[in-house]
Amino acid sequence: MKLSIVNYGAGNIKSIQFAFQRLGYEAILTDNPEEIKTSDKVIFPGVGEASSAMIKLQQSGLDQLIPTLKQPVLGICLGMQLMCKHSEEGDTKGLGIFDVNVKRFSNEVKVPQMGWNTISNLKSDLFKGIKEKEHMYLVHSYYAEQCEESIATSDYELEYASALENGNFYGVQFHPEKSSKAGEQLLKNFIEL
Amino acid sequence: MLTKRIVPCLDIKNGRTVKGVNFVDLRDAGDPVVLAKQYADLGADELVFLDIAATLENRKTMHDMVLKVAEQVNIPFTVGGGISSIEDVDNLLHCGADKVSINSSAVKRPELINELSEKFGSQCVVVAIDAKEVDGEWLVHLAGGTIPTELNLFDWAKEVEQRGAGEILFTSMNHDGTKAGFANEALAKLSDLVNIPIIASGGAGTIQHFVDTFKDGKADAALAASVFHFGEIPILELKEELRIKGIPVRI
Repeated sequence: MKLSIVNYGAGNIKSIQFAFQRLGYEAILTDNPEEIKTSDKVIFPGVGEASSAMIKLQQSGLDQLIPTLKQPVLGICLGMQLMCKHSEEGDTKGLGIFDVNVKRFSNEVKVPQMGWNTISNLKSDLFKGIKEKEHMYLVHSYYAEQCEESIATSDYELEYASALENGNFYGVQFHPEKSSKAGEQLLKNFIEL
Repeated sequence: MLTKRIVPCLDIKNGRTVKGVNFVDLRDAGDPVVLAKQYADLGADELVFLDIAATLENRKTMHDMVLKVAEQVNIPFTVGGGISSIEDVDNLLHCGADKVSINSSAVKRPELINELSEKFGSQCVVVAIDAKEVDGEWLVHLAGGTIPTELNLFDWAKEVEQRGAGEILFTSMNHDGTKAGFANEALAKLSDLVNIPIIASGGAGTIQHFVDTFKDGKADAALAASVFHFGEIPILELKEELRIKGIPVRI
């Protein structure tokens, strides 16, 4: 099993690497296109601001590579948002893998949403062994709208897509690497896809 | 629904937890990593590590500890104490900390909040505020609450939000250590004033205090130390009681 984490200088990737280590898998951190292409599974992480993260992706050419990948790819948090069509954050054009836009929560609620929220309407092998209304840890100010590619939803101000799937591409808004046992189950499921 | 968070806080000195920890069945109650794992298993939602003797010499010890916690613990954690530069934060985040908490350094140089949130994102910048009510006015205090400033708590809270803080950890010096309940009036006022999450700290003594701070204090999270460390309030029991009282929690 060759597992790689796309390393483009956006966020806390150590935690993801450690989470796989706890499951008994060694994940490599890389921005090398060949390494990524020849991996069995690819993790696309991201923390921070969308437009500057997208610029970093473009500088390394990874924005071209990622949409062409054929193996299972899991976007986490900002990684998932960058896989969408467009984000309101910095008016950023995304990779367009998921046919959905990313918007900001209004000031009717506290922004960022920070903490543990439930996930519902689960429909993917990614959630095997994970029950409806399980709690996952989230920190985000922007959300993907409810859409056809949604495989999990959460409620904060409104119902939004907290996980997406399109072919070999998966995205989760929450942080499985920080979501206790349920998060570990999800990472295990991803490895076993 | 977003749940209310229960946050145990561990005081660290030279890489070891300081006094006040008396857990049953722990091989080494002084090892923060063992303790953190135990808390994660018991249902804590998040952890805070406070380096109470932050000096240049023991910085590497702190980094080693953060790395080990990140390696072994599957819930988010914040590190605070002695953080005053971008470089400090960069190092801690690289070791696997999810958030950092800044306090006196932000009061001394408020631009630090802008710099950190621009470089690392608001989500990892917690501004800790220690304040004391003196003659009806809440004044911000520094150095663990020992040095008073002229700064009004509510003005400062508004400013840190505007500068890009992702969260406020408010400790009432009047309530800290009393076990008589949290500063709910001030907490509720803070929560109405700013639009970022507020962690209540100082005063936890009973389960009812947590109920009150979530209901009356409108807190998003509640932090405590001794009531958890000495097993006076088991986290699971606390969460079950909160749920019965209609407060959303993760069980």
